Amino acid sequence: MGLEVINLSVKVRDKLVLKNVSLTVDYGTIHAVMGPNGSGKSSLAYAIMGREGYEVVSGDIRLDGESILSLETFERALKGIYIGMQDPPVVPGVRLSTLIIAALNKRSGEVELTKIRNPRVVRDMNVVASGIGLNIELLQREVNVGFSGGERKRSELLQAILLEPKIAILDEPDSGLDIDGIKKVAEYIGDLRSRGKAVMLITHYARLLQYVKPDVVTVLLDGEVIARGDSKLAFLVEERGYNEVRKMYKGA
Amino acid sequence: MGKPVELREEIFKSTEAAVELLGYERPFKAQVEIKGKITPDMIEEISRIKKEPEWMTRLRLRSLEFFYKLPMPKWVKGIESIDLEELILYVKPEVALVKDWDDLPPDLREYYDRLGLPEIEKKLLAGLTTVFESETIYAKVKRYLEEKGVIVMPIEDAVRKYPDLIREYFLKIFPSTEHKFAALHGALWSGGVFVYVPPGVRIREPIESFFLIGRSSEGQFEHSLIVAGENAEVTWIEGCSAPRLSKYSFHDGMVEAYAHRGATVKIVTIQNWSRDVINFNNKRGVAEDYARVDWVEGSIGSKMTYVYPSTILKGDYSTTRNTVIQLAKGPVLKDTGSKVIHVGKMSRGKIINKSVSVDGGINTYRGIIRVVKGAKYATSNVECEAMIFDSKSKAYTYPHNQVDEPTATVSHEARTGRLSEAQLFYLQSRGLEEDEAKSLIVLGFLDEIMVELPFEYVNVLSKVIQLEFKKLGGYG
Repeated sequence: MGLEVINLSVKVRDKLVLKNVSLTVDYGTIHAVMGPNGSGKSSLAYAIMGREGYEVVSGDIRLDGESILSLETFERALKGIYIGMQDPPVVPGVRLSTLIIAALNKRSGEVELTKIRNPRVVRDMNVVASGIGLNIELLQREVNVGFSGGERKRSELLQAILLEPKIAILDEPDSGLDIDGIKKVAEYIGDLRSRGKAVMLITHYARLLQYVKPDVVTVLLDGEVIARGDSKLAFLVEERGYNEVRKMYKGA
Repeated sequence: MGKPVELREEIFKSTEAAVELLGYERPFKAQVEIKGKITPDMIEEISRIKKEPEWMTRLRLRSLEFFYKLPMPKWVKGIESIDLEELILYVKPEVALVKDWDDLPPDLREYYDRLGLPEIEKKLLAGLTTVFESETIYAKVKRYLEEKGVIVMPIEDAVRKYPDLIREYFLKIFPSTEHKFAALHGALWSGGVFVYVPPGVRIREPIESFFLIGRSSEGQFEHSLIVAGENAEVTWIEGCSAPRLSKYSFHDGMVEAYAHRGATVKIVTIQNWSRDVINFNNKRGVAEDYARVDWVEGSIGSKMTYVYPSTILKGDYSTTRNTVIQLAKGPVLKDTGSKVIHVGKMSRGKIINKSVSVDGGINTYRGIIRVVKGAKYATSNVECEAMIFDSKSKAYTYPHNQVDEPTATVSHEARTGRLSEAQLFYLQSRGLEEDEAKSLIVLGFLDEIMVELPFEYVNVLSKVIQLEFKKLGGYG
């Protein structure tokens, strides 16, 4: 069943940022969510993750048929929802490798969060990091401290792969990357899909979607869903712009 | 080996004066109340029981005089009262001893259980045994050090066995005239370790105090003296990672270190006193030409901690690296600050201070860099990083530089970070609960000292921190 967002309306500081939004992300599919800045894309991601300050006014969010609205952020994460943030913060004092190990330990019920039970974890980290083009040295750095934009994005993708979530929400995973970087990211996102994950791909431009074809595209504007279609919709948006597309779909 | 040259009085005076200038932080107003009185007779009795030579008895009595003459230091706040008569009782040997596991308070025993330590480690950390249950391990280490001519023994024994050696350094590196509590220590000191490494001998493995302090719960006024001869090298680790049993709530210890020409002395301390302890620790080292004195201090427990590891860079090309990491969680005050006094030319100092303030905890950094005129091309750098977890908690920085040498370079970087909602959300989105997220950050902060510790300590220290943050709460 995957992730279902049902008639969701969300307020942030008394301002309605999402209005009656519905969408579904099935396992083994990529659902692209497009929209200009301020359209509510990131708010959608945060609301799904249960971030403080994102108040659900009405509607529901379900994972495998069950509502997750009563769950806290960490519980939603442990149930298998992952968010690769658009602008991940620096977390001084915590090394990236430590964070990954703690997250994995938490999922396997290990009481000592920083203990490395299985040395294979470290090897996997290095292998995947190299694969996506993330300098292994950065694994030993404090999370995002001194990371370039592209490095932060790669770090978010790295975690999406290693933590093995059921639902991966990736918010602008390509920003700050060059063409080769984008192609690599696209490859790994496609891989997540092949492995049966439900991927929500949030993106401003259609560029990334040239390299990984989404199964469904939803277009958000001013907090509302204004269009839904297949991958061709993404290029329509690119060609015509958001307002045009809104006009086109208003009648539909 | 060479006698240590007399240290100039003015250096000490100027340090004290500078300290008075530093000012106070806002919350605490209470002055210290001292109840009861220690008489010279009481001191003489202590000395008699310890079978000390006359010069030591005189040293104690002189310190007592200073204790009564010196004013209460202005930077000491929030200690409500000290009952001297209670303390004096404590200082008499045999009184505070806990010989049996069953004599430990039940909550302390439970705490050790929660740490999940094996029986042996529990006893070791509680200071009930000085050795791992294997006599042969202890004997081996002892023999190895003896072969090298290294002296490692309880300091009272050293006073009796090597009086001339002790007399050259004892209370000379950190005289009782410095401040009131140094004087109190000078009068009441009891317990501690003497380590002496002969010239040219390099001991790579750290010497851990547990092997040596037979009666470690007597740690209220412990005095340790670490001396390295020319070109010698030694690392000494004191303290443990689990809460220390403390019969009385005031601790006033001292560590004096001396690195002769070309020598290296490194002192690593992990303090985790229980929550009702007010912890004073007077620490100072002297480095001669080309010598090095490093301090690494991790401060986790106690109600209040006042510790200012200091190094006097007496010699040319002498260096010091002074790392202090402090955690103030809950209604706790950590007032620390590293001091470096540059006398020698081309002397180099590096100070790192990292603090984490949580749940109303207060961290204060009160550092001093003093460069005496003539300390040509001396360089000194301070790095302060404060992490504040919530609006109740605070961090204050009062760096003080007194540079009288125009060719010297002194620099200071200070950073304050607050745990933001975004950071917390980020960690929670990876599956960590709030407390786990916080303990992870603190563990990261402590990284700098973790690398200095033997593996067993790292393990226990990690567990202690994680326990501190779990909803169950830490000890005390």
